[in-house]
Amino acid sequence: MSDIAAQKKPNVALNWIIRNPIWVFVAIIFIFFSFASEYFFDAQNMKNLLVQTSTIGLIALGMTLVMINGNIDLSVGATLALAASLAVSIMGWPMFDSWGNWQMLPAVAAGLLSGIVLGAVNGFIVWKTGVDAFIVTLGAMLGVRGLVFVYTEEQSFYAANFAYSDFGSSSIGPVPTLALLFILCAVAAHILLSRTVHGRNTYAVGGNREAAVNAGIRVGPNMVINFMIVGFFAALAGITLSTQMGASTPNLGRDYELWTITAVVLGGTKLTGGAGNIIGTFGGVLAIGILRNGMNLMQVPAFYVLVILGVILIAVLYLDKQLNRKGEEELRL
Amino acid sequence: MAAIEVGKEPASIDVKSLLARQGIFIAFVLFMIGFGIFSDKFLSPENLLTVLRQSAIIGVMAVGVTVVVLSGNLDLSVGSMLSFGTVMVVDLHDKLGATPAIGIMLIAVLVLGAVNGFLIGFLKLNSLIVTLGMLSAIQGLTLIYSGGKNVDVADQETTWFAIFGRGDILGVATPIVIFAVLAVIMHIVMSRTPYGRRIYAVGGNATAAVFSGIRRNRVVFSTYLISAFCTGIAAIILGSRVMGSQNNVGQGYELLVLAGVILGGTSLLGGSGNILKTVLGVLILGFIQNGLLLLGFPYFAQWIVTWVVIILAVWLDVAAKRGRLLSPIA
Repeated sequence: MSDIAAQKKPNVALNWIIRNPIWVFVAIIFIFFSFASEYFFDAQNMKNLLVQTSTIGLIALGMTLVMINGNIDLSVGATLALAASLAVSIMGWPMFDSWGNWQMLPAVAAGLLSGIVLGAVNGFIVWKTGVDAFIVTLGAMLGVRGLVFVYTEEQSFYAANFAYSDFGSSSIGPVPTLALLFILCAVAAHILLSRTVHGRNTYAVGGNREAAVNAGIRVGPNMVINFMIVGFFAALAGITLSTQMGASTPNLGRDYELWTITAVVLGGTKLTGGAGNIIGTFGGVLAIGILRNGMNLMQVPAFYVLVILGVILIAVLYLDKQLNRKGEEELRL
Repeated sequence: MAAIEVGKEPASIDVKSLLARQGIFIAFVLFMIGFGIFSDKFLSPENLLTVLRQSAIIGVMAVGVTVVVLSGNLDLSVGSMLSFGTVMVVDLHDKLGATPAIGIMLIAVLVLGAVNGFLIGFLKLNSLIVTLGMLSAIQGLTLIYSGGKNVDVADQETTWFAIFGRGDILGVATPIVIFAVLAVIMHIVMSRTPYGRRIYAVGGNATAAVFSGIRRNRVVFSTYLISAFCTGIAAIILGSRVMGSQNNVGQGYELLVLAGVILGGTSLLGGSGNILKTVLGVLILGFIQNGLLLLGFPYFAQWIVTWVVIILAVWLDVAAKRGRLLSPIA
């Protein structure tokens, strides 16, 4: 017995690392930049880092659920822009002038609601039509961006209430509010995914949809809820991003879907569904954030960051394939 | 994720199978008639040629991407590759002259395509993620190459390079001629040659293709060369038309191109679809844009309509194949 226990202990740690290789990478680049740049390992920079990563990070939390489901959402960047534009513009409506700081309430509510509704629309179409989520959300990505441009008439909006942008730069104790918000959301998403029935169903649907149906899981509603969650997080990211700038532009969030998917895949979530977790995604988001922040501090031009990120994404994919070799003829998207 | 799909099509010609096969063509005709009724300028020859010319760049890229999609993979890197090629050909034009500029640019783009092809064909990595990584990497390469500055051609009036984007051949704008020739050649290659059949075989069932003696790795590798080559041609047209380039000129093209391919009815799972349908898909995108503008809608309204049209088109396709409108999933 004791032999087995002794054998199992290191295996657990090793297995954890093999399942989440991204955290090894995060540790390596963290140590590297701490030595390479005198400004990196610094309380203020750590705060900046967390705030910078919170935007992509929030979306990535929702994207993890959708991708574990075996779906994908390409429309998150456009959803982010719509929520930000709605929130910032509704705040300035004359009818809310007398509300004081409460004028932010309907604005933020409308922004978040738009994200949830768009997610529900995507999810419902995927469920009822059986069209691949890639196609449905590719269409939505164009269409929602069109909505943003038509709604804003290609204008930027500025927040009418300064308390809105104050929120973006505020801190609770030593921790920036936005960073705290991201961490709380990550914990909530982790609990949802690992401790609830919905989370378990999410894995089941992505792992083997037919088996999930046979087990009596309502596959459609499960997918719709996950699309609503990613919509909510994209909208929330749009609102936090606009509080940082005190403004919104119709082009906000362009290419964010690609960054988010990169972060989630770096975190070990499989495109085929059924595997992945929030801890890995958190690592993936941090890896991108640390690389961008650290190379910026070392005055590496932003151009090289793009190349290095692309190379790392492909390298991680290659390593993952070598580490978790299942079979040569594994089917892909 | 494969929407429960049954490959067998009914032999008898009924409305369903007609819709499944020619749905995109019927939609195309309906669109033309609809816009033609509401706008008298829409069906004028000048307007039709304008739309064709505007669609040519996306169309040329879509021809290459269709080949990749038919083999069961994706190529998201074509947008960045278009930026890269355009910046390079415009920049080298003044330094070396037009012919070497075109030659060197095409070689450079083919090398990028070969990297894609090696990673996806020989290392068998997931094409979505590889080309996503390449999208980012090539964007970076473009910026490194240009130092972040915009480039342009100094003597725009005299250079013969202008023929690709601004000139015409026998009265037809050159981009249209290039698009048409490329589409016809690739259609013949895909439908009449053993090579084309191999691509369909690999996309339809990779395992069966391998057991039939098809070298899957090489076939996949070659599709990425074709896609890169088409993108290089598109870069020549774009560079010649604008006579200059920003570093992010191709940003977002990958998804517009893919929208055209999907609208044409090519399955993202591979093995089903063809080049001419992609041409129709791209033209529908172009005519939606043009028609809505003529009717006085704001520019971005076209994207909202595109959203609806893409989903309806693919839904119709999927529904006809499965024989019922709604998905049976609980």
